[in-house]
Amino acid sequence: MVKGRSMLDVRGLRKVYEGSGRRIEAVRDLTFTVEAGELVCLVGPSGCGKTTLLKCMGGLLTPTSGDVLLEERRVTGPPPGMAFVFQEYGRSLFPWMRVAENVELPLKQKDLPRQRRRELVRDALEAVGLADAAGAYPWQLSGGMQQRVAIARALAYEPQVLLMDEPFAAVDAQTRADLEDLVRRLWQERSMTILFVTHDIDEAVYLGERVIVLSASPTVVQEQLKVDLPAERDQLHTRVAPRFAELRTHVYQQIQAAKRGSLRDGLTKSDPPPATR
Amino acid sequence: MKGLNAVLGAAGLAVFLALGEAVPRLGLVKEQYFPPTSRIASALADELGDGAFWSALGDTLTGWALGLAIAVVAGVVAGVLLSVVPYLREATASTIEFLRPIPSVALIPLAVLLYGTELRSVLLLVVYASFWQVLIQTLYGVQDVDPVAEETARSYGLGTWARVRHVLWPTALPYVMTGVRLAAAVALILAITAELVIGAPGLGQQIAVAQTSQAVPEMYALVVVTGLLGLLVNVGARTVERRALAWHQSVRGEVAV
Repeated sequence: MVKGRSMLDVRGLRKVYEGSGRRIEAVRDLTFTVEAGELVCLVGPSGCGKTTLLKCMGGLLTPTSGDVLLEERRVTGPPPGMAFVFQEYGRSLFPWMRVAENVELPLKQKDLPRQRRRELVRDALEAVGLADAAGAYPWQLSGGMQQRVAIARALAYEPQVLLMDEPFAAVDAQTRADLEDLVRRLWQERSMTILFVTHDIDEAVYLGERVIVLSASPTVVQEQLKVDLPAERDQLHTRVAPRFAELRTHVYQQIQAAKRGSLRDGLTKSDPPPATR
Repeated sequence: MKGLNAVLGAAGLAVFLALGEAVPRLGLVKEQYFPPTSRIASALADELGDGAFWSALGDTLTGWALGLAIAVVAGVVAGVLLSVVPYLREATASTIEFLRPIPSVALIPLAVLLYGTELRSVLLLVVYASFWQVLIQTLYGVQDVDPVAEETARSYGLGTWARVRHVLWPTALPYVMTGVRLAAAVALILAITAELVIGAPGLGQQIAVAQTSQAVPEMYALVVVTGLLGLLVNVGARTVERRALAWHQSVRGEVAV
């Protein structure tokens, strides 16, 4: 995959929920680009419309105005080149299907021949380290393993873009570290484009090549920040590197500024000035 | 614990049967109207050797099974359609609430007018009574679809039919199963009632015949058979439920992770 080509374009995205006399502007005006093969993390204060944004990008919600473009084609419904990993793995996996069936179901919709489906399922389960669990039911697995199944289902779908909505918010810290490394490894091995939404600043800096900081609702882009950490990252060393601390401090300040709603204030306070783009 | 329960259950039943034997023999009730257990048992044994009994049993089971099958298919299809087609549910809700409470037995005169003592009379009553059980449960079940599961299916490009088949139907199945179990019991009641009152061939009609000919032990024997049928229907429905819903938390129990 050629890097530098724009894969996802979000242009002037706005989403207003209307209903029963209440009118909530969840997302005001969002514009950003994700390049092919990039791993971008979206962070923002809680309740800032991250999930709304992701659902608009995935074609699950229709924006009030603005466009989402996947390889220059407007997204109007869930596009075949996109896979979604939800935070609520327990509800996203179907309890009436075994692990392999869960992974295979989207492939059946793609009309792939049985042989090819089998290969993709086996390959995806191996990639997440769950080759043995193919015959189990999701509810027989631990939370971390269930989220691995959900990731395997997304991998087998062979998407160009993987959208992940706070996927590790509900697992314990150790499992979370493992899953973060899994995402980094899969991203490097499979040269996918990944957009990873999180409320965890450390996670965003550790995972991302770039971090997009969102403002409080109604949401705009507060800042975009290039993460100039080495490509090979590990939980032990990367997280104690001075640069990691600088970046996370900067993002933290930005989010605090976003919470106060004072954009300029946040920018002047940030120091040292990191390489922004 | 389970073994103890079984022993206690058997003991309770034995005491009940012994009382049934002792009370009429002691003259506490008139033996003429309430024969002792042993007399009922021997009448039952006679019935089992009688061809007429078996054909009556066959008739009852035919009316029950056919009526239940029609009601289940119609209830499930109607329930899914009402939920999937926009506005249909709202438009039909008041009509359903009006029709549902009508007791099926109130339709007996209509059934007699339309079909006389044919099987179709029995079917009309059985289907009417059990249809609502299935329909209502299906409607509840379909509403229970998890929004995250639904969004997952949509995000992976599953169309309407695929979502009905892979998400909506498995979600609704536990409810449908409950509906079928309730409907199976109601269907048996209505099948016997129709035979008893209308005189359509079956166990109910045999009971009526036994009553008019003063064959009291035989009448009780037939009543016992209908009770056993009800028991079998319930046990059978539960077994099917447990098989089909092995994945559901009500069946699978706690899982060690």
